[in-house]
Amino acid sequence: MSLFNFFRRGSAPIARERLQILLAHERNAGSHPDLLGVLREEILAVIGRHVTIEPDKVQIKMDRGKTVSTLAVDIEIPNRDQLPDGVPRYSRLMFDAGRDDGSLELKGSGI
Amino acid sequence: MAQVLVVTSGKGGVGKTTSTAALGAALAHDGTKVVVIDFDVGLRNLDLVMGAERRVVFDLINVINGVAKLPQALIRDKRLESLHLLPASQTRDKDALTEDGVAKVIDELRTKFDWIICDSPAGIERGATLAMRYADAAIIVTNPEVSSVRDSDRIIGLLDSKTAKAERGERIDKHLLITRYSSSRAARGEMLSIDDVLEILSTPLLGIIPESQEVLRASNVGSPVTLSNPLSAPARAYFDAARRLKGEQVSMSVPSETRSIFNRLFARKAA
Repeated sequence: MSLFNFFRRGSAPIARERLQILLAHERNAGSHPDLLGVLREEILAVIGRHVTIEPDKVQIKMDRGKTVSTLAVDIEIPNRDQLPDGVPRYSRLMFDAGRDDGSLELKGSGI
Repeated sequence: MAQVLVVTSGKGGVGKTTSTAALGAALAHDGTKVVVIDFDVGLRNLDLVMGAERRVVFDLINVINGVAKLPQALIRDKRLESLHLLPASQTRDKDALTEDGVAKVIDELRTKFDWIICDSPAGIERGATLAMRYADAAIIVTNPEVSSVRDSDRIIGLLDSKTAKAERGERIDKHLLITRYSSSRAARGEMLSIDDVLEILSTPLLGIIPESQEVLRASNVGSPVTLSNPLSAPARAYFDAARRLKGEQVSMSVPSETRSIFNRLFARKAA
Protein backbone atom coordinates (compact mmCIF):
# COMPACT_ATOMS: atom_id res chain seq x y z
CA MET A 1 0.00 0.00 0.00
CA SER A 2 2.74 2.44 0.94
CA LEU A 3 4.52 1.88 -2.36
CA PHE A 4 1.24 2.55 -4.10
CA ASN A 5 0.98 5.80 -2.17
CA PHE A 6 4.19 7.12 -3.69
CA PHE A 7 2.69 7.09 -7.14
CA ARG A 8 -0.47 9.03 -6.47
CA ARG A 9 -1.27 12.45 -5.22
CA GLY A 10 -2.89 11.55 -1.93
CA SER A 11 -6.08 9.87 -0.92
CA ALA A 12 -8.50 12.81 -1.13
CA PRO A 13 -9.58 12.04 -4.74
CA ILE A 14 -10.56 8.53 -3.64
CA ALA A 15 -12.57 9.95 -0.73
CA ARG A 16 -14.26 12.41 -3.08
CA GLU A 17 -15.31 9.72 -5.55
CA ARG A 18 -16.54 7.34 -2.83
CA LEU A 19 -18.67 10.11 -1.32
CA GLN A 20 -20.09 11.18 -4.68
CA ILE A 21 -21.25 7.64 -5.45
CA LEU A 22 -22.66 7.03 -1.98
CA LEU A 23 -24.49 10.35 -1.71
CA ALA A 24 -25.95 10.04 -5.22
CA HIS A 25 -27.56 6.77 -4.10
CA GLU A 26 -28.67 8.10 -0.70
CA ARG A 27 -30.21 11.29 -2.10
CA ASN A 28 -32.17 9.27 -4.66
CA ALA A 29 -33.53 7.01 -1.96
CA GLY A 30 -35.83 9.76 -0.69
CA SER A 31 -37.50 10.71 -3.99
CA HIS A 32 -37.93 7.36 -5.71
CA PRO A 33 -37.60 3.90 -4.31
CA ASP A 34 -34.39 1.99 -4.57
CA LEU A 35 -34.67 0.02 -7.84
CA LEU A 36 -32.45 -2.80 -6.63
CA GLY A 37 -34.52 -3.08 -3.45
CA VAL A 38 -37.73 -3.31 -5.48
CA LEU A 39 -36.23 -5.91 -7.84
CA ARG A 40 -35.01 -7.92 -4.85
CA GLU A 41 -38.48 -7.97 -3.25
CA GLU A 42 -40.29 -8.82 -6.50
CA ILE A 43 -37.90 -11.60 -7.49
CA LEU A 44 -38.33 -13.20 -4.07
CA ALA A 45 -42.12 -12.77 -4.24
CA VAL A 46 -42.36 -14.47 -7.66
CA ILE A 47 -40.25 -17.43 -6.59
CA GLY A 48 -42.13 -17.57 -3.29
CA ARG A 49 -45.42 -17.97 -5.17
CA HIS A 50 -44.25 -21.31 -6.56
CA VAL A 51 -42.01 -22.74 -3.89
CA THR A 52 -41.36 -22.18 -0.25
CA ILE A 53 -38.19 -20.20 0.07
CA GLU A 54 -36.20 -20.73 3.21
CA PRO A 55 -34.81 -17.35 4.23
CA ASP A 56 -31.56 -19.04 5.26
CA LYS A 57 -31.10 -20.33 1.71
CA VAL A 58 -31.17 -16.91 0.12
CA GLN A 59 -28.07 -14.83 -0.43
CA ILE A 60 -28.36 -11.30 -1.68
CA LYS A 61 -25.46 -9.14 -2.74
CA MET A 62 -25.48 -5.59 -3.99
CA ASP A 63 -22.82 -3.29 -5.28
CA ARG A 64 -23.76 0.32 -5.88
CA GLY A 65 -21.50 1.73 -8.56
CA LYS A 66 -21.04 5.06 -10.26
CA THR A 67 -22.78 4.21 -13.54
CA VAL A 68 -23.84 0.62 -12.89
CA SER A 69 -25.10 -1.14 -9.79
CA THR A 70 -25.42 -4.88 -9.47
CA LEU A 71 -27.81 -7.11 -7.62
CA ALA A 72 -27.13 -10.82 -7.20
CA VAL A 73 -29.80 -13.06 -5.71
CA ASP A 74 -28.86 -16.67 -5.03
CA ILE A 75 -31.76 -18.89 -3.95
CA GLU A 76 -31.65 -22.56 -3.07
CA ILE A 77 -34.91 -24.27 -4.03
CA PRO A 78 -35.75 -27.73 -2.74
CA ASN A 79 -36.64 -30.16 -5.57
CA ARG A 80 -39.88 -32.11 -5.38
CA ASP A 81 -38.24 -35.43 -6.12
CA GLN A 82 -36.02 -37.00 -3.55
CA LEU A 83 -32.74 -38.78 -4.04
CA PRO A 84 -32.90 -42.54 -3.39
CA ASP A 85 -31.37 -42.18 0.07
CA GLY A 86 -34.00 -39.68 1.06
CA VAL A 87 -31.73 -36.65 0.87
CA PRO A 88 -33.70 -33.75 -0.62
CA ARG A 89 -32.35 -32.37 -3.87
CA TYR A 90 -31.77 -28.72 -4.27
CA SER A 91 -31.69 -26.44 -7.26
CA ARG A 92 -30.15 -23.05 -7.23
CA LEU A 93 -31.44 -20.03 -9.05
CA MET A 94 -29.15 -17.10 -9.52
CA PHE A 95 -30.12 -13.71 -10.80
CA ASP A 96 -27.59 -11.12 -11.72
CA ALA A 97 -29.17 -7.80 -12.53
CA GLY A 98 -27.70 -4.48 -13.51
CA ARG A 99 -24.78 -5.79 -15.49
CA ASP A 100 -22.71 -3.58 -17.78
CA ASP A 101 -24.87 -4.30 -20.83
CA GLY A 102 -28.09 -3.80 -18.88
CA SER A 103 -29.03 -7.46 -19.16
CA LEU A 104 -30.57 -9.62 -16.49
CA GLU A 105 -28.83 -12.96 -16.26
CA LEU A 106 -30.68 -16.00 -15.01
CA LYS A 107 -28.83 -19.12 -14.14
CA GLY A 108 -30.21 -22.36 -12.77
CA SER A 109 -28.37 -25.37 -11.55
CA GLY A 110 -29.44 -28.70 -10.13
CA ILE A 111 -27.41 -30.79 -7.75
CA MET B 1 -16.01 -17.54 24.87
CA ALA B 2 -17.26 -14.53 22.97
CA GLN B 3 -16.40 -11.10 24.30
CA VAL B 4 -18.75 -8.18 23.73
CA LEU B 5 -16.99 -4.82 23.64
CA VAL B 6 -18.51 -1.37 23.40
CA VAL B 7 -16.47 1.49 21.98
CA THR B 8 -17.89 4.63 23.54
CA SER B 9 -16.94 8.19 24.51
CA GLY B 10 -19.87 10.51 25.09
CA LYS B 11 -18.29 13.21 22.96
CA GLY B 12 -18.45 12.99 19.18
CA GLY B 13 -15.51 13.10 16.80
CA VAL B 14 -12.93 11.60 19.16
CA GLY B 15 -12.34 8.47 17.09
CA LYS B 16 -14.87 5.81 18.13
CA THR B 17 -15.61 4.60 14.60
CA THR B 18 -11.96 4.80 13.51
CA SER B 19 -10.95 2.84 16.62
CA THR B 20 -13.72 0.25 16.16
CA ALA B 21 -12.56 -0.44 12.60
CA ALA B 22 -8.85 -0.45 13.48
CA LEU B 23 -9.22 -2.70 16.54
CA GLY B 24 -11.67 -4.99 14.72
CA ALA B 25 -9.18 -5.56 11.90
CA ALA B 26 -6.26 -5.92 14.35
CA LEU B 27 -8.14 -8.57 16.35
CA ALA B 28 -9.25 -10.40 13.19
CA HIS B 29 -5.76 -10.42 11.71
CA ASP B 30 -4.88 -13.92 12.96
CA GLY B 31 -8.18 -15.45 11.82
CA THR B 32 -10.06 -14.70 15.05
CA LYS B 33 -13.71 -14.15 14.18
CA VAL B 34 -14.73 -10.54 14.71
CA VAL B 35 -17.91 -8.61 14.00
CA VAL B 36 -18.20 -4.84 14.28
CA ILE B 37 -21.69 -3.40 14.76
CA ASP B 38 -22.71 0.17 14.00
CA PHE B 39 -25.23 1.42 16.60
CA ASP B 40 -25.51 4.93 15.15
CA VAL B 41 -29.03 4.55 13.75
CA GLY B 42 -29.81 7.30 11.25
CA LEU B 43 -26.20 8.39 10.89
CA ARG B 44 -24.26 5.26 10.05
CA ASN B 45 -20.61 5.67 9.14
CA LEU B 46 -18.79 2.49 10.11
CA ASP B 47 -19.65 1.06 6.66
CA LEU B 48 -17.93 4.03 5.02
CA VAL B 49 -14.84 3.85 7.23
CA MET B 50 -14.60 0.10 6.51
CA GLY B 51 -15.09 0.64 2.76
CA ALA B 52 -18.28 -1.46 2.57
CA GLU B 53 -20.78 1.36 1.92
CA ARG B 54 -21.64 0.15 -1.57
CA ARG B 55 -22.45 -3.37 -0.42
CA VAL B 56 -25.01 -2.74 2.35
CA VAL B 57 -28.19 -4.77 1.72
CA PHE B 58 -29.73 -5.19 5.16
CA ASP B 59 -28.96 -3.64 8.53
CA LEU B 60 -29.30 -4.09 12.29
CA ILE B 61 -32.90 -2.80 12.36
CA ASN B 62 -33.90 -5.21 9.53
CA VAL B 63 -32.57 -8.09 11.62
CA ILE B 64 -34.39 -6.87 14.75
CA ASN B 65 -37.64 -6.46 12.77
CA GLY B 66 -37.28 -9.91 11.20
CA VAL B 67 -37.05 -8.52 7.66
CA ALA B 68 -33.69 -10.24 7.27
CA LYS B 69 -31.83 -13.07 8.94
CA LEU B 70 -28.59 -12.19 10.69
CA PRO B 71 -26.33 -14.03 8.17
CA GLN B 72 -27.94 -12.06 5.33
CA ALA B 73 -27.18 -8.74 6.97
CA LEU B 74 -23.56 -9.48 7.86
CA ILE B 75 -21.06 -8.07 5.36
CA ARG B 76 -17.80 -9.95 5.10
CA ASP B 77 -14.73 -7.75 4.78
CA LYS B 78 -13.08 -8.05 1.35
CA ARG B 79 -9.57 -8.00 2.81
CA LEU B 80 -9.97 -10.07 5.99
CA GLU B 81 -12.16 -13.16 5.82
CA SER B 82 -12.78 -13.35 9.56
CA LEU B 83 -13.92 -9.70 9.85
CA HIS B 84 -17.61 -8.89 9.48
CA LEU B 85 -19.73 -5.75 9.64
CA LEU B 86 -23.33 -5.34 10.77
CA PRO B 87 -24.35 -1.89 9.51
CA ALA B 88 -26.75 0.53 11.18
CA SER B 89 -29.92 1.56 9.41
CA GLN B 90 -30.35 5.00 7.86
CA THR B 91 -33.93 5.25 9.15
CA ARG B 92 -34.80 8.31 11.19
CA ASP B 93 -36.88 6.23 13.58
CA LYS B 94 -34.52 5.53 16.47
CA ASP B 95 -37.25 3.69 18.41
CA ALA B 96 -36.77 0.84 15.95
CA LEU B 97 -33.80 -0.16 18.09
CA THR B 98 -35.30 -2.14 20.99
CA GLU B 99 -33.65 -3.59 24.05
CA ASP B 100 -35.04 -7.09 23.40
CA GLY B 101 -34.09 -6.90 19.75
CA VAL B 102 -30.50 -5.92 20.54
CA ALA B 103 -30.30 -8.69 23.18
CA LYS B 104 -31.38 -11.32 20.63
CA VAL B 105 -28.92 -10.13 17.99
CA ILE B 106 -26.02 -10.04 20.48
CA ASP B 107 -26.93 -13.54 21.76
CA GLU B 108 -26.91 -14.93 18.23
CA LEU B 109 -23.62 -13.19 17.43
CA ARG B 110 -22.07 -14.69 20.59
CA THR B 111 -22.50 -18.15 19.05
CA LYS B 112 -20.75 -17.19 15.82
CA PHE B 113 -17.93 -14.80 16.78
CA ASP B 114 -15.03 -14.46 19.20
CA TRP B 115 -15.25 -10.67 19.45
CA ILE B 116 -18.34 -8.51 19.05
CA ILE B 117 -17.46 -4.83 18.93
CA CYS B 118 -20.31 -2.33 19.31
CA ASP B 119 -19.56 1.12 17.86
CA SER B 120 -21.59 3.51 20.01
CA PRO B 121 -23.05 6.75 18.70
CA ALA B 122 -22.02 9.97 20.46
CA GLY B 123 -24.21 11.24 23.28
CA ILE B 124 -26.02 9.42 26.06
CA GLU B 125 -29.31 8.72 24.30
CA ARG B 126 -30.92 5.41 23.37
CA GLY B 127 -28.37 4.34 20.75
CA ALA B 128 -25.48 4.90 23.13
CA THR B 129 -27.12 3.17 26.10
CA LEU B 130 -28.16 0.17 23.95
CA ALA B 131 -24.66 -0.13 22.46
CA MET B 132 -23.22 -0.54 25.96
CA ARG B 133 -26.16 -2.47 27.41
CA TYR B 134 -24.89 -6.04 26.89
CA ALA B 135 -21.15 -5.35 26.85
CA ASP B 136 -18.69 -7.41 28.87
CA ALA B 137 -16.09 -4.68 28.58
CA ALA B 138 -15.90 -1.08 27.43
CA ILE B 139 -13.30 0.91 25.54
CA ILE B 140 -13.61 4.58 26.38
CA VAL B 141 -12.10 6.69 23.61
CA THR B 142 -10.74 9.99 24.91
CA ASN B 143 -8.81 12.86 23.40
CA PRO B 144 -6.41 14.69 25.74
CA GLU B 145 -8.75 17.67 25.81
CA VAL B 146 -11.03 19.01 28.55
CA SER B 147 -14.49 18.41 27.07
CA SER B 148 -13.61 14.90 25.94
CA VAL B 149 -12.26 13.94 29.37
CA ARG B 150 -15.33 15.34 31.07
CA ASP B 151 -17.70 13.42 28.79
CA SER B 152 -15.66 10.24 29.31
CA ASP B 153 -16.17 10.60 33.04
CA ARG B 154 -19.90 10.84 32.45
CA ILE B 155 -19.85 7.72 30.27
CA ILE B 156 -17.86 5.79 32.89
CA GLY B 157 -20.67 6.60 35.33
CA LEU B 158 -23.25 5.20 32.91
CA LEU B 159 -21.18 2.05 32.31
CA ASP B 160 -21.16 1.42 36.06
CA SER B 161 -24.91 1.89 36.45
CA LYS B 162 -26.87 1.31 33.25
CA THR B 163 -25.33 -1.83 31.74
CA ALA B 164 -26.84 -5.28 32.21
CA LYS B 165 -23.62 -6.39 33.92
CA ALA B 166 -23.73 -3.47 36.37
CA GLU B 167 -27.39 -4.17 37.15
CA ARG B 168 -26.48 -7.76 38.02
CA GLY B 169 -24.00 -6.35 40.52
CA GLU B 170 -20.97 -7.28 38.41
CA ARG B 171 -18.24 -4.90 37.33
CA ILE B 172 -17.84 -4.07 33.68
CA ASP B 173 -14.19 -4.01 32.54
CA LYS B 174 -13.22 -0.54 31.43
CA HIS B 175 -10.27 0.38 29.23
CA LEU B 176 -9.16 3.86 28.31
CA LEU B 177 -7.95 4.47 24.75
CA ILE B 178 -6.34 7.87 24.30
CA THR B 179 -6.43 9.01 20.68
CA ARG B 180 -4.94 11.96 18.75
CA TYR B 181 -2.11 12.21 21.24
CA SER B 182 0.92 14.34 20.46
CA SER B 183 3.97 13.62 22.63
CA SER B 184 5.67 16.85 21.65
CA ARG B 185 2.69 19.04 22.49
CA ALA B 186 2.20 17.26 25.81
CA ALA B 187 5.92 17.72 26.57
CA ARG B 188 5.59 21.45 25.88
CA GLY B 189 2.67 21.60 28.26
CA GLU B 190 0.18 22.47 25.49
CA MET B 191 -1.80 19.27 25.82
CA LEU B 192 -2.98 17.23 28.80
CA SER B 193 -0.46 14.48 29.46
CA ILE B 194 -1.32 10.77 29.68
CA ASP B 195 -0.77 10.93 33.45
CA ASP B 196 -3.16 13.87 33.75
CA VAL B 197 -5.92 11.96 31.93
CA LEU B 198 -5.31 8.73 33.83
CA GLU B 199 -5.31 10.54 37.17
CA ILE B 200 -8.59 12.31 36.44
CA LEU B 201 -10.43 9.27 35.04
CA SER B 202 -8.67 6.58 37.14
CA THR B 203 -9.33 3.95 34.49
CA PRO B 204 -6.72 1.46 33.21
CA LEU B 205 -5.02 2.46 29.97
CA LEU B 206 -5.50 0.26 26.89
CA GLY B 207 -3.40 2.25 24.47
CA ILE B 208 -2.19 5.60 23.22
CA ILE B 209 -2.88 6.36 19.57
CA PRO B 210 -0.67 9.15 18.23
CA GLU B 211 -2.10 11.92 16.06
CA SER B 212 -1.29 10.92 12.49
CA GLN B 213 -2.17 11.74 8.90
CA GLU B 214 -2.44 7.99 8.32
CA VAL B 215 -5.80 7.96 10.13
CA LEU B 216 -7.35 10.43 7.68
CA ARG B 217 -5.82 8.61 4.74
CA ALA B 218 -7.29 5.32 5.97
CA SER B 219 -10.80 6.77 6.19
CA ASN B 220 -10.37 8.42 2.77
CA VAL B 221 -9.69 5.08 1.13
CA GLY B 222 -12.21 3.16 3.27
CA SER B 223 -9.87 0.89 5.15
CA PRO B 224 -9.09 0.38 8.85
CA VAL B 225 -5.68 1.98 9.45
CA THR B 226 -4.39 -1.39 10.71
CA LEU B 227 -4.98 -2.76 7.19
CA SER B 228 -4.19 0.27 5.01
CA ASN B 229 -0.78 0.87 6.60
CA PRO B 230 -0.04 -1.73 9.30
CA LEU B 231 3.46 -0.37 9.95
CA SER B 232 2.34 3.22 10.58
CA ALA B 233 2.51 4.60 14.12
CA PRO B 234 -1.27 4.60 14.78
CA ALA B 235 -1.62 1.08 13.34
CA ARG B 236 1.14 -0.26 15.60
CA ALA B 237 -0.54 1.40 18.57
CA TYR B 238 -3.86 -0.26 17.66
CA PHE B 239 -2.16 -3.66 17.22
CA ASP B 240 -0.62 -3.26 20.70
CA ALA B 241 -4.03 -2.36 22.14
CA ALA B 242 -5.58 -5.43 20.47
CA ARG B 243 -2.91 -7.67 22.01
CA ARG B 244 -3.65 -6.18 25.44
CA LEU B 245 -7.34 -6.93 24.91
CA LYS B 246 -6.37 -10.56 24.27
CA GLY B 247 -4.61 -10.57 27.62
CA GLU B 248 -1.01 -10.21 26.48
CA GLN B 249 1.40 -8.05 28.42
CA VAL B 250 2.64 -5.36 26.06
CA SER B 251 4.76 -2.50 27.36
CA MET B 252 3.07 0.88 26.94
CA SER B 253 4.71 3.27 24.53
CA VAL B 254 3.64 5.88 22.04
CA PRO B 255 4.76 4.60 18.63
CA SER B 256 6.27 7.31 16.49
CA GLU B 257 6.59 7.49 12.73
CA THR B 258 9.88 5.93 11.71
CA ARG B 259 11.33 8.11 9.02
CA SER B 260 13.93 6.51 6.83
CA ILE B 261 15.88 8.59 4.33
CA PHE B 262 13.74 7.02 1.62
CA ASN B 263 10.58 8.05 3.43
CA ARG B 264 11.83 11.59 3.93
CA LEU B 265 12.75 11.94 0.27
CA PHE B 266 9.24 10.98 -0.74
CA ALA B 267 7.47 12.57 2.21
CA ARG B 268 5.87 15.31 0.17
CA LYS B 269 4.66 12.97 -2.55
CA ALA B 270 3.28 10.47 -0.06
CA ALA B 271 1.38 13.03 1.99
